[in-house]
Amino acid sequence: MRNKKFINHYYLMLLPGYIWLILFSIIPMFGIVIAFKDYNPGVGIWKSEWIGLENFKYMFLLSDSKNIFINTVFISTMKIIGNLIVPLVFALLLNEVRISALKRGIQTIVYLPHFLSWVILSSILLDVFSYTGPVNQLLLAFGKEPILFFAREDLFPWLIVFSDVWKNFGFNAIVYISALTSINPSLYESAAIDGATRLDNLRYITIPGIMSTIVLLGALSLGNVLNAGFDQVFNLYNPLVYSTGDIIDTWVYRMGLLNMQYSLATAVGLLKSAIGFVMITLSYYLASKYANYRIF
Amino acid sequence: MVRDTTLSSRIADIIIIIILLIGALSCILPIWYTLCVSLSEKSAAAAGMVKLWPIGFNFNSYEQIIGDRKFFNSFWTSVKRVILAGGINFIVTVLMAYPLSKEKKEFPLRNVFMWILIFCMLFNGGLIPWYITVRSYGLINSIWALVLAGGLPIFNVILVVNYFRNLPKELEEAALIDGAGPWYILFKIFVPLAIPVLATVTLFTIVNHWNEFFHGLVLMAKEERYPLQTYIQQLVVVIDTSAMTEDQYKRISELSNQTLNAAKVFIAMIPVLIIYPFLQRYFIHGITLGSVKE
Repeated sequence: MRNKKFINHYYLMLLPGYIWLILFSIIPMFGIVIAFKDYNPGVGIWKSEWIGLENFKYMFLLSDSKNIFINTVFISTMKIIGNLIVPLVFALLLNEVRISALKRGIQTIVYLPHFLSWVILSSILLDVFSYTGPVNQLLLAFGKEPILFFAREDLFPWLIVFSDVWKNFGFNAIVYISALTSINPSLYESAAIDGATRLDNLRYITIPGIMSTIVLLGALSLGNVLNAGFDQVFNLYNPLVYSTGDIIDTWVYRMGLLNMQYSLATAVGLLKSAIGFVMITLSYYLASKYANYRIF
Repeated sequence: MVRDTTLSSRIADIIIIIILLIGALSCILPIWYTLCVSLSEKSAAAAGMVKLWPIGFNFNSYEQIIGDRKFFNSFWTSVKRVILAGGINFIVTVLMAYPLSKEKKEFPLRNVFMWILIFCMLFNGGLIPWYITVRSYGLINSIWALVLAGGLPIFNVILVVNYFRNLPKELEEAALIDGAGPWYILFKIFVPLAIPVLATVTLFTIVNHWNEFFHGLVLMAKEERYPLQTYIQQLVVVIDTSAMTEDQYKRISELSNQTLNAAKVFIAMIPVLIIYPFLQRYFIHGITLGSVKE
């Protein structure tokens, strides 16, 4: 086949991308050895002393470790649940609106926060929930005590979850909204003839119609169970809420880059990457098996 | 669609619309609030008196910004970053996607290359090895750190690969008969056809680079080199100290110059607010474009 002589061109086309991949994705992977060494920046990676699993043993003894894993799993699990349910409910409600201009208008407004950075949203949230900000003013108007929201360790994880769900529900609803439009309208018409109420429609037509989408999104979100959202937590947290708000990524950042405990931080990061790899692979496998979803 | 028009149904409609409007309002209000604070009198903002309308309407904070060289420096750094990143991402994504969209019989090692790519998407070495690597390349303080250190956008490449695979084979065969080579087929046939997915992917890349702050924080050692989001982050978000009491937390948040910060935050939002309405149709279509079709 004539195409065979194009192979050299294919290699040439792949070259820039693969160089980029090798330099910034593959070579850093070799840095994992730091987790097994006592890394000394002065002598470099290769000459630093090999200490095997010492870093991992130390990690298991640290009280911090249990804390950050629990915080991470708690926050990300709550986020997964919130990010599955709220966009779904929103899409179902929006589906009931008959004036299409209103529908489009609301949709347009509602996925705006998704495109704003956490730096921007954090500064806004910290101001809105500040001690003298609008939310506390509202509480005062009802005769309640003002709350120092982002300094409360009991409230912090919930603030993180709610603000993340708020930021993303509009955008996440897009998939549900387009799934809803693919339900055959004649199903609704024949149901109406049979005397179905709106709740009947919801139960027997709408939900079954988009069940595969729900299952798919659920399966895919499993892979993120250790990603509690570094950008968001980093911008919203402070030492007062570390006990419930410190997640794996923020801890690795502080220990590794600020406190220069490179080996320990690399060990923890490696553990997270390994578990994450297993989870993501599992989630893609489940998605392809139960929802016919393939990425390539 | 046939609907019942009973009273309970109408009430349900009204409740639904109210809930949706509350949701929509909750998304606009914080942005509106920031704008109001930025246009208010400094003392009124600090006292928390600004609610839904500016108090003591003035443009002072915006005037102050005009003279603020650091702010514009960072703004310009972000603009440069976004242009470079958008261009490089576009070219590399397109170049990668074409060979990877070929069948195994035309390109025997295709599956190997794909699996390497997928593996890199699923696993990474972690923050510290990445940082040490980038530092060893001598990219600290360089704009190329911001543009390249995020690595190849693997997910985007896969989206475009799937899109190319769904294009009719006849197009390519006709071009081959006319003597076209792979470069011609890619750039003169496939790319023009793939504009929807490429536009979506490029837009997402641009927005992500504009919003990104962490690489700027970690890879830029000098403040002048900070991109916009990093600059704002250092200024506005509370910086952690090693031990903080509630009183210190309260005091730090009260000392900040709220109207000036709000103005800077608002300006940083403007590019996204401007692009967004025009191009949102791409966002919706583009999400479904890169899927595998049987």
